[in-house]
Amino acid sequence: MSNPVFKIVKPGLLTTIQDEGRFGYQQYGIVASGAMDPYALKMANFLVGNEGHEAAIEVTVMGPEIEVLGEATLAICGGDLSPKLNGEKVPTWKSFDVKEGDRLQFGQPVQGARAYISVAGGFDLPVVMGSKSTYLKAEIGGYEGRALAKGDVLSKIGNQKAVTGRALHHDEIPDYTRDMEIRVVPGPHLDAFTESSLDTFLSSEYAVTPQSDRMGFRLKGPKLEHETSADIISEAIPLGGIQVPASGDPIILMAERQTTGGYTRIATVISSDIPYLAQAMPGSHIRFREVTVEEAQQLSNEKERFIRTLEKVSRVGRT
Amino acid sequence: MKLTYHALGDTGMQIVFGSEISEQTNQSIRMVADELKQHPIEGVVEWVPAYTTLTLYYQPSVVTYDELQAKITDLYEVLQEQKGSVSDSLAFLLPTYYGGETGEDLSVVAEQNGLSEEDVVHIHSSQDYLIYMMGFVPGFPYLGGMSEKIATPRRGDPRPEIAPGSVGIAGSQTGVYPLKSPGGWQLIGQTPVKLYDPDKEQPILLESGSYIRFVPISKQEFDEIESAVERGEYTVQTEEKKGVPS
Repeated sequence: MSNPVFKIVKPGLLTTIQDEGRFGYQQYGIVASGAMDPYALKMANFLVGNEGHEAAIEVTVMGPEIEVLGEATLAICGGDLSPKLNGEKVPTWKSFDVKEGDRLQFGQPVQGARAYISVAGGFDLPVVMGSKSTYLKAEIGGYEGRALAKGDVLSKIGNQKAVTGRALHHDEIPDYTRDMEIRVVPGPHLDAFTESSLDTFLSSEYAVTPQSDRMGFRLKGPKLEHETSADIISEAIPLGGIQVPASGDPIILMAERQTTGGYTRIATVISSDIPYLAQAMPGSHIRFREVTVEEAQQLSNEKERFIRTLEKVSRVGRT
Repeated sequence: MKLTYHALGDTGMQIVFGSEISEQTNQSIRMVADELKQHPIEGVVEWVPAYTTLTLYYQPSVVTYDELQAKITDLYEVLQEQKGSVSDSLAFLLPTYYGGETGEDLSVVAEQNGLSEEDVVHIHSSQDYLIYMMGFVPGFPYLGGMSEKIATPRRGDPRPEIAPGSVGIAGSQTGVYPLKSPGGWQLIGQTPVKLYDPDKEQPILLESGSYIRFVPISKQEFDEIESAVERGEYTVQTEEKKGVPS
């Protein structure tokens, strides 16, 4: 059963539907897309009793204005973009109820760059190649393959309600104001760089430039030098891959990155730090720290165990 | 060829099969990709074959980097011992209307190479092109093996919009645009076949490791096939090519 729940009054800067992403099609040139901050997406879902991979609204920096068309339980996780319900501040990382006629708005970004609005039951949208994520360039997924626009009406699946006031323990809420220290596994093209380049990369501070989007973050800082060429025979690019074209300025490939590319890469951001990185605003500063693949896998396994536990708890509250 | 491995963070593994683009290297990559498809390794989410590498994306909570590397090394050893284990691959026959409005650079390609337009069509359509990898946009095949006789530099002024199905040449590469996009390739023709159709259960027609053969058709045949494609009544013809033992 489908129920209209939201009408977009103002779309905001870039408001799209995102779930965990589109997997299994990268070998055909179809990008993974998905939520920039997968941790916030999962938490927003768990707080309303959804499966972690369900689609939510991804809000970027300047949020939308939304008219509520029917009763629902929501949660907003991720960056604090000053959400307000009927003019009153609503807490993030906590579920709450809305009713017909309510108005959800966003104000100034306080910390972080992206927030996720989940609804109990999930949004009623077609699954395209295994995912509801919007893939802007190919105009598929999400709401008609595009960013949400004025007048769009979103429906939710079923009449599911969840326990309201369910909140995430504050220890588990990321602090996006901290200095960003992003952990990386060096490689795979270290041979292509001068010997001092990796040291420069690991000991300097890099700024996120305004030329940053869902596809990638362009950084400015000390330039990295190649031994001979910045080009390689094209190969697959992972999430968090840091490519360095001939200019010497690193680019971190994010959710909507192209599947393959022909620039050398100096390192890859570990999966546990992708959510922090996704919340970086233009002007944010980043330092990189080297970890081994074993350390990175240990970190991601700990997070995975925590998420599995929450998943079980989340199911309990479903009505 | 001995494989080398690189960790791409904690969820990616790159397997390097060689340092140069070659059919032999591509066969080896395809052999491992085939095996992964038929006998999935638990924890491996997906993989992306490229010219000289195969990249795996996996869940470290299910399989660690070291475990995965050991599994692939074993698997590759076994596959190499089984001579001729590469399964037969398919050649997709793409009916192509050469020249005309969409292929208006056919004359440029002919002129620059001192050939007649008929020669260009004959050379372009008389060989099978291996799909080394897919990428750039959904369904775009990176092809290899085009004859140098018809190699032509890109246009000085890229077109702002190229029709889907356009067949182009850029230097010694040839390819087909699956979607409407800008581009600087010399366009020599158009296929009515859809390489990318998001409404289909399998939205991408082609696969790396397969081959493409362009089959010249008339304008009338193009129109007929195009409407059959629109009605959902056209099936692309394929031909089996025998597997090449590595």
